[in-house]
Amino acid sequence: MILDLYNYWIVVVLMMVGLFIIVSRGNLVKKVIGLNIFQTSVFVFYISLGKVEDGSAPILSDSVSVYSNPLPHVLILTAIVVGVATTALGLALVIRIKEAYGTVEEDDIQTLDDQQ
Amino acid sequence: MLTHLPILQVIVPLLAAPLCLMLDGSRFVWAFALLASLLAGVISGLLLWQVETGGTLSYALGGWQAPIGIEYRIDLLSAYLLLIVSAMGTLVLLGAYRSVNKELAAGARTYFYVAYLLCLAGLLGIVAAGDAFNVFVFLEISSLGSYILISLGRDRRALWAAFQYLVVGTIGATFILIGVGFLYAMTGTLNMMDLAQRIPSVSESTTVLVAFTFLVVGVCLKLAMFPLHVWLPNAYAFAPSIATAFLAASATKVAVYLLFRFSFGVFGVALTESILPLQEVFIGLGLAGVFVASLVAISQHNIKRMLAYSSVAQIGYMIIGYGLDSQAGTTAALLHLFNHALMKAALFMALAAVVYHHGSVLLKDLAGLGTTMPWTAAALVGGGLSLIGVPLTVGFISKWYLVQAALEQDLWWLALLIVVGSLLAIVYVWRMIEPMYFAPASSDRPRSVGNTPEAPRSLLLVIWILVAANLYFGIDTRLPVGIAEAAAQQIFGVRF
Repeated sequence: MILDLYNYWIVVVLMMVGLFIIVSRGNLVKKVIGLNIFQTSVFVFYISLGKVEDGSAPILSDSVSVYSNPLPHVLILTAIVVGVATTALGLALVIRIKEAYGTVEEDDIQTLDDQQ
Repeated sequence: MLTHLPILQVIVPLLAAPLCLMLDGSRFVWAFALLASLLAGVISGLLLWQVETGGTLSYALGGWQAPIGIEYRIDLLSAYLLLIVSAMGTLVLLGAYRSVNKELAAGARTYFYVAYLLCLAGLLGIVAAGDAFNVFVFLEISSLGSYILISLGRDRRALWAAFQYLVVGTIGATFILIGVGFLYAMTGTLNMMDLAQRIPSVSESTTVLVAFTFLVVGVCLKLAMFPLHVWLPNAYAFAPSIATAFLAASATKVAVYLLFRFSFGVFGVALTESILPLQEVFIGLGLAGVFVASLVAISQHNIKRMLAYSSVAQIGYMIIGYGLDSQAGTTAALLHLFNHALMKAALFMALAAVVYHHGSVLLKDLAGLGTTMPWTAAALVGGGLSLIGVPLTVGFISKWYLVQAALEQDLWWLALLIVVGSLLAIVYVWRMIEPMYFAPASSDRPRSVGNTPEAPRSLLLVIWILVAANLYFGIDTRLPVGIAEAAAQQIFGVRF
């Protein structure tokens, strides 16, 4: 019964893993990875929403009468692009931080900032 | 042409942004960006006029009618916000040229204007869109623009502040995405008007409650409501001065708009009637924001950081207006939104002038400013008075409406606390004014070039337009009050 909704369980687990990495890791690259996992969980959530039981891929065909809902897929295509842009910008900032501070560890950056 | 205004409002700055990359020389890029944002300003003026004379506008993107197609919907509230954002964007940009040239490396200037226009387009898009998913996309466009703007600051701490904002901002935007997903699962639509019609039939379900929670928390992260404000002070303090002025005057305002739009326009919730004690929560958090942020502001040495904390406090007032959950409270919050944009734009532009000469805005940099830069110093006083809420300034008007809204619900203690909160503003504004007029200018400071220690004229012009607006709208309140009251009425008309 509970396993019937296994896709949503995956969503919840991924979401928590992502948030946990963001909060607990001091390495900025790991934070970006955590952010990615967090966003991916939402993508899976949307795609799960669009699945119609026994529905086929939304491609018009005479032999099929039930289709999955294509709209969430399209929305997530957009959200993936947004996610890629955010990741790229985040990583670019990490490179600049590395150049300016010489480290990508949150604690070290805080220490350097406190000295100023 | 006039029928396409709602989409042109967004498209003009959005297309102008990449075109900037093709231009050579920062003067041309600046002029082009200014032209684009001026055009956006004119369009929003026309839109407001159209909405006031002809009622709410609905624009079907690509000719596909809502709810199948994407709808841009301009009602009075949206038109009001569009005008605030594009007017502030244009004014700040008008004074930006000299300051940007001084603060940014030659290679970064073009990108500054590109990011500025992208951010402006995103903010205008959030307000114009009548489709919940479009709101998310535009929110991310504006956020990406603002991360870039902040990271261009001269200090390396700007990079760190931008990264922190990126992490928090992305979590906030993703929360909004989750909320929209739950709503879509329950109602099968993304159009806001459609949502508003279909939600009442499913409003008992936990899913809708969860959707509301995700949306509100996501939006509150963006608008820096206490205690979700931690990203804001550093971001404002280390961003280029022009970027701070623009973001302070527009970005948080649009997030406040989203809060009203989603909770009253889409969910139609009465905060007082929901399962959670939302009214108490928001009034409590708003008050906590006012007091904690004001107290922290008092202890700051960097003026930009001090005013950033003051922004968190001022947002607290808007949250109180929201938490009051009445037409009067909404009017007060919307008024404060306009007025706070005016005062913070004026103050941060004046600080841009100080940075222009001194390179930083620590309290000691202000020493003797009253004699070396009299016009800038006077502008800081004007903006500061407005921030406190002295009569004849805009700050007074919105506090007055907020106190009245509190009294309307017999919340005497709340009205009293709002006034006490304003007293705290006196303390930090005084800390800024005192060294300007009562401390001698330190002699070891390098005098600025030539005989003109005063700010560049273009910057001064913009600062004084904004200060004059602070005074003008403090006396002649018809325009903002009229629109805010009508917009609040429209929001609550949907609800009841």
